[in-house]
Amino acid sequence: MNAVILAADGVNVAQNVAFGIIAAVMIFAALNVVTTKNVVHAALWLVVVLSGVAAQYILAAAEFVAISQVLVYIGAVMVLFLFGIMLTRAQIGKETDLNNKNWALGIPVALAMLGLLAWVILDAFGDDVLPDSGPLPTVALSDQYLGIYLVPFLAISFVLLAAAIGAIVLARKD
Amino acid sequence: MLAVNFLLLAAVLFSIGVYGVIARRNAVMVLMSIELILNAVSLNLVAFSLMTGTADGQVFALYVIAIAAAEVGVGLAMVLMIYRNRRTIALDELSEMKG
Repeated sequence: MNAVILAADGVNVAQNVAFGIIAAVMIFAALNVVTTKNVVHAALWLVVVLSGVAAQYILAAAEFVAISQVLVYIGAVMVLFLFGIMLTRAQIGKETDLNNKNWALGIPVALAMLGLLAWVILDAFGDDVLPDSGPLPTVALSDQYLGIYLVPFLAISFVLLAAAIGAIVLARKD
Repeated sequence: MLAVNFLLLAAVLFSIGVYGVIARRNAVMVLMSIELILNAVSLNLVAFSLMTGTADGQVFALYVIAIAAAEVGVGLAMVLMIYRNRRTIALDELSEMKG
């Protein structure tokens, strides 16, 4: 835990401060996503979390992934979610039974998982300092996609095609 | 900047998402919690990419984004179909396949 407290002693203080602020906002928003009583509010809090993730990508020098995150998640996925909410519920406002009967079971499970993950992470990467290497050029990404990852790239285009056709077939009226 | 910053943040987001999947009853809310989990994983992948100095982690993060888009499309189509047939999307009422 010493490493976490002394995180501001790293090479780049501004990066650490920005990371801390964005991380605090993200955790607050994520807790609101899973606890709010209003489905539309949950979707809007999820926008905050996704924007925070995009900001963290920029801090981690991954601009292309950050821009893809904004385009795909905040642009497309959130619109899908809002349409899904609007098409599946009648009233706007608070709902009473959004949680399961035994929802409290989730708290110990989540805390146990967090404890286990934190222990493993601190044990494995406790003092690793990220190199201050600057952003990776997008050319490097495209070299990977059109090089050794070409077959998965083609496979994922088929997955997206199948998902689009499947969604149309499932959501058709007749 | 320490690597554990990103990894611990991703672990917290992952655990919050797991809590949401367990606790929520509305199918759309469960899908949102799954989005939290997937984002935690891609944050890890980008942090590992920065740690190793190669592009592999970012490549896989982009794959995760593409798979998540496909998953949300199919998932919400299924939710719409369930809602049209049963007028509810409460997950504990879908118990036909329970043993």
